[in-house]
Amino acid sequence: MQTKRTVFHSRILPYFLLAPQLIITLIFFVWPAAQAIWQSFLRQDPFGLKDTFVWFANYKRLIGDPDYLNSLIVTLTFSVGVTVLSMGLSLLFAVCVNRVIRSQRFYTTLLVWPYAVAPAASGLLWWFMFNPSIGIIPYILHFLGYDWNYRVNAGDAMVLVIIAAAWKQVSYNFLFFVAGLQSVPHSLTEAAAIDGAGPVKRFWTIIFPLLSPTTFFLAVINITYAMFDTFPIIDATTEGGPSQSTNVLVYKVYADGFVGLNLGPSAAQSVILMLIVVALTIVQFRWIERKVQY
Amino acid sequence: MASINVENVGKIYTGGVRAVSGIELDIADGEFIVLVGPSGCGKSTLLRMIAGLESISEGEVKIGPRVVNNVEPADRDIAMVFQNYALYPHMTVKQNLEYGLKNRKTPREEIDTRVAEAARMLEIGQYLERKPKALSGGQRQRVAMGRAIVRKPAVFLFDEPLSNLDAKLRVSMRGEIKRLQRRLGTTSIYVTHDQLEAMTLADRLVVLNGGKIEQVGAPLEVYHAPASTFVASFIGSPAMNLVKAELHGDRLAIGPAMIDLKGFAPTSGAVTVGMRAEDLRLVEAGDNALPFRLEYAEELGSQRLVHGTVGDQSVTAAVSPETPLTPEMSFTIDPRRLHFFDKETGKRLAGGIPAEARLAPVEPVI
Repeated sequence: MQTKRTVFHSRILPYFLLAPQLIITLIFFVWPAAQAIWQSFLRQDPFGLKDTFVWFANYKRLIGDPDYLNSLIVTLTFSVGVTVLSMGLSLLFAVCVNRVIRSQRFYTTLLVWPYAVAPAASGLLWWFMFNPSIGIIPYILHFLGYDWNYRVNAGDAMVLVIIAAAWKQVSYNFLFFVAGLQSVPHSLTEAAAIDGAGPVKRFWTIIFPLLSPTTFFLAVINITYAMFDTFPIIDATTEGGPSQSTNVLVYKVYADGFVGLNLGPSAAQSVILMLIVVALTIVQFRWIERKVQY
Repeated sequence: MASINVENVGKIYTGGVRAVSGIELDIADGEFIVLVGPSGCGKSTLLRMIAGLESISEGEVKIGPRVVNNVEPADRDIAMVFQNYALYPHMTVKQNLEYGLKNRKTPREEIDTRVAEAARMLEIGQYLERKPKALSGGQRQRVAMGRAIVRKPAVFLFDEPLSNLDAKLRVSMRGEIKRLQRRLGTTSIYVTHDQLEAMTLADRLVVLNGGKIEQVGAPLEVYHAPASTFVASFIGSPAMNLVKAELHGDRLAIGPAMIDLKGFAPTSGAVTVGMRAEDLRLVEAGDNALPFRLEYAEELGSQRLVHGTVGDQSVTAAVSPETPLTPEMSFTIDPRRLHFFDKETGKRLAGGIPAEARLAPVEPVI
């Protein structure tokens, strides 16, 4: 790739130009992160007057805490659910749109719109639709003989948050899948057609393997999204309930720290989350930047 | 093994663009047919219709006794070699070769024998475990051919398979394709825009222009008796000289010069006259000679091409490499070697010595 090199004659100017970004990163990112790490080693008395340095006591307590382990499992279910549902749906849509010759743009535009909706708004939207008292979907389900109530049924609650979180992500995945599908040379599918493979076989033996770089990239992005970016959706719908059944890690950090005012353990949780982000980022850069090779 | 009959086939794309019309072509079993023409002439469209990758808007295509208009590509008993090879990048060479056979539920032993046979024939045995991206252009080309061969189809279709190779490799692969086709005796249709490739490979050439067939014939027939000015200028390198001329009785006026036709005048009035560069003979200035003003010369080693003008029309002549170059030269031509074309339609009127007559030595009349 051609790179444009700018030569600065002043030594200060480059730093000056970088300053806004650096300051924002330092104030809103590095400083709170450092605070969280520091906090995770402290225990505060109930009135918030005195901090005691307790080394890894907060972490040790977390590991033994059944609520925390439950939250880990909930997060895992939730992330896998969101990723599989949103990627599956968007791949299906992308394949359909790719087959349409006319008005491809029209469909693409429509399918991208949900991405512009704020997570809290989309959470609210689904909350209304699935609301046991006023929602349309429980009303329909009632006629089908299913008594939907996410406020008492843990399974219902999980389904609700997964759908609400996946819905928004479908657009994003869809765009990547469409681009991926269009980069598969047409002659390959034609060659496969002559080689006696039907449409379904062509998809699974030729197109899907060639999409693997896109799929892998999206898998990491979606897991990251589901784990860290879904706070507003949970907050607007289930608030972690019923009985911890949708209390994912990010939500638990908030609930323990800011609702339960138990700052030490909450900070420890957020540090663990930070480590998970770091791990996922490494995976992304190490493997995705090198692309899935075929 | 199969013959192919193309009957009055046409292609109209959605939106009403007509790509191909009224194609009539009977291909005998085992024949090597080359579709040649400039880009956009409909040659690839025609091939893709035969392959089943494009729907047939008009007419009928028969492979063997069977009309295949509504038959899936997979069931037409064809194999195709694509311009970009279309090898499956995520499979090894071996998997590429096996793919078509596996899809057809060929027994394992049969697959192994066929792959081994194709690998031996194309000398790709040592690459079987590699992925296509680890192969050179020529090797990929061989794998693409191998994928076609293992299937043992009734028809091979080639869509400009050599155009991505460098010049030297192209010549050797050309020879190899011809050899392989002779050996297997499989009916083949080959699309190219390269007239040299077309001439060297074809049993019969099909010259296409604007979606219509201009001429069908053996390479030498087409070369020596082009059906139109289009074919005359497309087949042969350097291209045939086409000049405006006028027939006055038995004399032909080309610009300022007059050539005595010795009784070979086919018509009268204005015509387009075609002259092959190698049919022009260098002579002293005088009667029956075309005054030629030299512009530049191209050295081909075995001969020298001189480009210049006669009157105000450009003409190219092939001379021996020893010929001295002077600003003013004179050429003449045996009247029997002149090609006459209609001035308006470009259709052939008369002239040229038929291919078979060329085998016997022709006494010059001038």
